[in-house]
Amino acid sequence: MAPQPPLLSMSGITKSFPGVRALDGVDLDVQAGEVHCLLGQNGAGKSTLIKVLAGAHQPDTGTIRWRGEDVTLRSPIAAMRLGIATIYQELDLVEHLSVAENVHLGHEPTAAGFVVRAKAAKSSTAQLLKRLGHPEIDPGRLVGELSAAQQQIVSMARALSHDVRLIVMDEPSAALDPDEVDNLFRIVGDLTADGVAVVYISHRLEEIRRIGDRVTVLKDGRAVAGGLPAESTPTREVVALMTGRNVEYVFPERPAAAPDGEPVLTVEGLSRAGEFAPLDLQVRPGEIVGLAGLVGSGRSEVLETIYGARKPDTGRVTVDGRPLKPGSVRAAVRAGLGLAPEERKAQALLMLESVTRNVSVSSMSRFAKAGWIDRGAELGAARTAVRELSLRPDNPDVPVRTLSGGNQQKAVLARWLLRGCRVLLLDEPTRGVDVGARAELYAVVRRLADEGLAVLLVSSEVPEVLGLADRVLVLREGRVVHEAPARDLDEHRVLDLVMEGSPAS
Amino acid sequence: MTQHVSPPRDGTGKAAPLEGPPAWRVRLGRADVRTLTLLGVLAALVLIGGVTQPDAFLDTRNLQLVLTQASVIGVVTVGMTFVIVSGGIDLSVGAIVALSSVWATTVATQEFGFFGILFTAIVVGVGCGLVNGVLIAFGQMVPFIATLAMLASARGLALQITDGRTQVVTVPGVLDLAERDAYVLGIPPLVMVFAAVTVIGWLVLNRTTFGRRTVAVGGNAEAARLAGIDVRRQRLYLYLLSGLCCGIAAFLLVALAGSGQNTNGNLYELDAIAAAIIGGTLLTGGRGHILGSVLGVLIFTTITNIFALNNLETAVQQIAKGAIIVAAVLVQRRTASTH
Repeated sequence: MAPQPPLLSMSGITKSFPGVRALDGVDLDVQAGEVHCLLGQNGAGKSTLIKVLAGAHQPDTGTIRWRGEDVTLRSPIAAMRLGIATIYQELDLVEHLSVAENVHLGHEPTAAGFVVRAKAAKSSTAQLLKRLGHPEIDPGRLVGELSAAQQQIVSMARALSHDVRLIVMDEPSAALDPDEVDNLFRIVGDLTADGVAVVYISHRLEEIRRIGDRVTVLKDGRAVAGGLPAESTPTREVVALMTGRNVEYVFPERPAAAPDGEPVLTVEGLSRAGEFAPLDLQVRPGEIVGLAGLVGSGRSEVLETIYGARKPDTGRVTVDGRPLKPGSVRAAVRAGLGLAPEERKAQALLMLESVTRNVSVSSMSRFAKAGWIDRGAELGAARTAVRELSLRPDNPDVPVRTLSGGNQQKAVLARWLLRGCRVLLLDEPTRGVDVGARAELYAVVRRLADEGLAVLLVSSEVPEVLGLADRVLVLREGRVVHEAPARDLDEHRVLDLVMEGSPAS
Repeated sequence: MTQHVSPPRDGTGKAAPLEGPPAWRVRLGRADVRTLTLLGVLAALVLIGGVTQPDAFLDTRNLQLVLTQASVIGVVTVGMTFVIVSGGIDLSVGAIVALSSVWATTVATQEFGFFGILFTAIVVGVGCGLVNGVLIAFGQMVPFIATLAMLASARGLALQITDGRTQVVTVPGVLDLAERDAYVLGIPPLVMVFAAVTVIGWLVLNRTTFGRRTVAVGGNAEAARLAGIDVRRQRLYLYLLSGLCCGIAAFLLVALAGSGQNTNGNLYELDAIAAAIIGGTLLTGGRGHILGSVLGVLIFTTITNIFALNNLETAVQQIAKGAIIVAAVLVQRRTASTH
């Protein structure tokens, strides 16, 4: 790097929350025009650091220098005025306002000081969207009608509508398809060419290699490495820095013999108009079946329909040969199905409650006589389930919201384990789970299968499907385009299939 | 949402204990702070009452009166607390109390004596709750709207029945309940009903599957549904429960007033909601405290009593109530954010 003064220099930043030291003396230097990647496991302090940078949190100690001058970022507005924009992972758009209104929210072009000049807002929004490679988004449309990927573009347009010098992107690729990721990288390239700095947060090492200039690794609230070259630092070293361990994720071994029992879950001709075409699949006890496909290929919809959370247009689901009542979650749960949904916090967890109550919620009647809960038995069962999955901390009385992503996922699995479920439906089981915890989660899933559970797995990460599943169904635009044992597939083949739909060789 | 921090790991991969006190002590501590604050406020009010009106306020009869008055609205508040914990609201409680009380005191009903009145009050309350519950759970109506409609119709029907007249109760058994002769160890029977409803409500909310489901539905309805809970049925039951509480309260009111009137239970919905909120129940659902709600009711009733004894205007009284609501919510937000 050229020895010019950095655009941004944070040093010795500490931030404590009651009981937790989130940041413990972090330094971060960002040069103009570079892509500076921030790596770290969940809970390493990335979110807190970018919130400090965005003016949303005030640091306890430490200094922030912006273009060589000490600054205090008292509020998000103060940060924005300096030219720091943040695109959060959970998008902060107003669904009932139009694209243009969202982009200009808080700094609308006005006449006479208060009359919004809607036309000017629309045309400048259209220009921004064009610059971002998405001229097809109509500035007049409501944001709530857009897809997640389009909403992200709107969020970015909003950042660019200010005079930005630094953009923070928190896992921007998490909800994107490969070609959308390519577009994102093109945008990042354009921005840096204009001298804008980008602070880029991602779990995906390969992305960081593609677009990153330098990498800062956070662990337990400290920067354990700053300014590593993104291209040449070996993966092994980065993973070791993040985890303190020397492993990439390891997939558990498959059993020697493929399961050959009678299928426990059978899906026949199941379909939903506009989401997925008639689909057949079977899962045997002890088997892990993977559904691979892009975002929007209908993967999650398939799982939710099997589970009864959506009503199918055609087809049926049978468990042990007995058909389930369509569109009834309760029937599915009674028959032995369990779902670990994609949006863990919104769809699975009771965030105000303890681990125990989250684990026992689906089997309360087991601990109850005439509705009266035997709390000792409940706690004992929760404790056993928590131990069995080595959930940490192993005290099931702690609030579930204090757990890391991986352990929250384990709490969801423990719920179904306790229920005695026979078919586990996993939707993006490692989303938001850090690298170190993934291998452990994979091992847990494999062990549950070895104990006789049938597992249906959906993931947008092809290596995960290939590494964990026994058999893989490739889904493209709502259709199964290929089915094969996982051993016979590799990542390139699957990516060809999901993108082209024809079995390439 | 605060930052999630995974516990630091040592070389063996085992988790080191989290910093700070164990979770149970944190939770217990917070519950205690809230309860103690409310008790403190109540004690301060008693002190104010005792200082300003040493004879009138601390008189046994006055204290019995305060508790009796608290009983009617208190029973309503227990039901309301359940509804709010589930993420709903019931604006119709006051109107249901009015309708139940007048229906239970018509000449025709009174012919069936004590149990005729009791039965009618409860059936009318539960019936109104059923309509609310069906509209909300199966008609997918927003609770605010459905119960607002019930508020209007039930009051209207109450007026229709009475034609604006006061229906005097002539059944001795009912009137006796509020008589001093019926007091057991100085405790009025109405207060005992209130106490029983409180204890049962606490047990149901904290110790039963029904209570857990209520909390789950209020905390995250989608997660509850995907966990296999019948969310709609639970919602239906909750409005039935609120209606039942209104029916009981109406019976208590009839016994206390010796009559049924279509203006009964006026603004009970707001008092009940306010008591639940200052008691620490989240208006967004997912967390609630029966004991806090009951203390909230006692605080409001005591204020009313003190103001009445000191011949202060109702206007001042209402301003004080408003101030207490604001103060309670601010204090709670502060204790919550220190977590």
